[in-house]
Amino acid sequence: MRRSLLFLPGNSPVMLQNGAVMPADALIMDLEDAVAPDQKDAARLLVTSALRTLDYSQEIIIRINASDSGHWQQDLTALVPCRPGAVMTTKSSVEAVKQTAELLTELERANQVTPGAIGIIALIETALGVEQAYEIATASERVSALFLGAEDLAADLRCERTKEGTEIFYSRSRLVLAARAAGIDAIDTPFTDVQDDEGIIADAELARSLGFSGKAAISPRHLSAINQVFSPRPEAIRYALAVMAALEQGKREGKGVVALDGKMIDAPIAARAEQVLTAAEKLGLLPER
Amino acid sequence: MKDKVLPSITEALRLTGVKDGMTLSFHHHLRNGDYVLNLVLAAAQKLGLKDLTINASAIFDCHLPLLDLIRDGTVTGLECNYCGALVGKALSSGLLAKPVIFRSHGGRLADLARGSARIDVAFVAAPTADSRGNISGKYGRSACGSLGYAFSDVQNADRVVAVPENLVSYPLTDFSFSETEVDYVVAVERIGDPAGIVSGTTRVTRDPIGLLMADMAAEVIKASGLLLDGFSFQTGAGGASLAVAYAVEKIMLAEGIHGSFASGGITGKLVEMLNKGCFESLLDVQCFDLEAVRSLRENPAHREISASQYASPLAAGAVVDSLDTVILGATEIDPDFNVNVHTNSQGLIMGGSGGHSDTAAGARLAIIIAPLMRARLPLIVDRVQTISTPGRTVDLLVTQYGIAVNPLRAELSARLRDAGLKVMPIEELKHLAEKICGVPKTLKNENRVIAEVLYRDGTVIDTIRQVN
Repeated sequence: MRRSLLFLPGNSPVMLQNGAVMPADALIMDLEDAVAPDQKDAARLLVTSALRTLDYSQEIIIRINASDSGHWQQDLTALVPCRPGAVMTTKSSVEAVKQTAELLTELERANQVTPGAIGIIALIETALGVEQAYEIATASERVSALFLGAEDLAADLRCERTKEGTEIFYSRSRLVLAARAAGIDAIDTPFTDVQDDEGIIADAELARSLGFSGKAAISPRHLSAINQVFSPRPEAIRYALAVMAALEQGKREGKGVVALDGKMIDAPIAARAEQVLTAAEKLGLLPER
Repeated sequence: MKDKVLPSITEALRLTGVKDGMTLSFHHHLRNGDYVLNLVLAAAQKLGLKDLTINASAIFDCHLPLLDLIRDGTVTGLECNYCGALVGKALSSGLLAKPVIFRSHGGRLADLARGSARIDVAFVAAPTADSRGNISGKYGRSACGSLGYAFSDVQNADRVVAVPENLVSYPLTDFSFSETEVDYVVAVERIGDPAGIVSGTTRVTRDPIGLLMADMAAEVIKASGLLLDGFSFQTGAGGASLAVAYAVEKIMLAEGIHGSFASGGITGKLVEMLNKGCFESLLDVQCFDLEAVRSLRENPAHREISASQYASPLAAGAVVDSLDTVILGATEIDPDFNVNVHTNSQGLIMGGSGGHSDTAAGARLAIIIAPLMRARLPLIVDRVQTISTPGRTVDLLVTQYGIAVNPLRAELSARLRDAGLKVMPIEELKHLAEKICGVPKTLKNENRVIAEVLYRDGTVIDTIRQVN
């Protein structure tokens, strides 16, 4: 599950340590934006040390430096032995994803890591990236999610970033479409006002309604709101259980068409019910039988 | 009729018959903004008085001038329930020949009642008083609200001097204690600095770890089965304690729970909870902020109580004994759940029990909330430097990594586990912290005892050693 993904600066011992107890589904340890160029080495050491010392229960994602930075190879060389769940490519392009995948393959082999175990999350934060979203999503089998980076994207689009997010509406939709077409996750951009407790709920609700599977956070304060929004709601679980029960009953009775509360259960409704129940089971939200 | 109004503190010292070797008392409602203790002791020094003992409900760092008076022999004894870090550091170096006596708020009253502590003259800082000595903390520029800790001084001292800033015409009807107890009145220009009187720690934390622990503590209270109609609650003024109040409020409002009372030091947050119907009343021994002061003045459901009613183990009834849940802090805790709030990691005095051990003893559920590590120092140690509150009165510890329940409370542990909370042995939490921080070196302090910690029953529960 990738409902909530919390960014942790790779150069902050306290935040890396505290991250272990945060209620995020995934932690993104950032070696890029959060770390000044002359501190890249120190951040790599700190992150590898944290991963070897602390027991993180969350999926670990390493945000590596951009492919034109001169740092990304060192990032991967240092971090692959720690077996993160995925690496996040910055300003992703088809070429950058392919390069990253190739080096990962090499490093996995050298470090006795199961081939293909480390995924790639492609951070889409340029207009070209949005245009090429599907190609990026399918550039490597390792790509397990597209991730919208709205702040950089807004700059590239030469528009103002707003809380309402009208300026990124198309990009959000386009990203979800590309990710779903490729059969992978779509992760929404963080909500940057850490003081606005209501704004984060509204922004997460919007992302969920567009089809995103989860949302990133730059503050732990946003995690519970994000988790709540992206978890199946009790009424959705009840309905999904009723759908599955009706389908089973119909099957037993040999019915071709099954209805629930007067509405026909067609394939999409059954598929949606299955998705809800799968998520609910993973989160331990199913009622005890 | 005797004229009670005197022109100066010096005159009050003379007329109350203060002599070498006597004990003067002070309350701490002006907190870190108090001027009165320093004013009185400066006057005593000028008179050449020596060998005085100070019995103050708390000493703050605004009382640093006290150190010079100790050095010149004006003051040779100190008894208090709490001591600020700067004064504490000097005391830890062995400044006083006699050990400092630390008590709890309840223990101070009990020892006064037992006669094992005594007060010759009480100087009562008074935000407002009249010329006959009716005193209130609710009014005036330096209003501090409740004067709960001053009741015992007024009742137990041989002589009482009111030191008001705002002298009003007789009679002040809304008084905390009356002219019957007060011998003299000395008006001064300022009794304190309002900025220091209102605690600086009454804002809820934004620290994610503090918030995480606060949510966990609220879940613990809910799972304990105590969070029902009639619930009673106490929490401090620190950022994390306030966050617990927010988290508890959220549950109470969502589930329509109407509590009975909140007690102790009162903050604006608890006032807000009162006004939202979470509690029927506030029992206030001390106001922590101006909103609490305003509420105490205006709302009859917000009631000033004496420290004796709050916490005395010898009183016929005390609020702490009716308390369901208290949230407390710790600088250290050990596997037997003994808690230290007196000394820091270097063994230096930087606090005191206040009501810590009283509420832990009285409340049905005493929760310690503290981060597992502070600045690379583990919270859980083999043996606390100083036992402030004995482990038998502590029910559980909430840290960001999990909850440890005192093995004496097996049924509580089962309840929390059933509720899906992350309960683990305290030894496991200790190991976890040591894995990250390492094991701190054992302190080797001097053998000389510079302070005694008295439990609320009057026994010496621990001693504090000199630190070089």
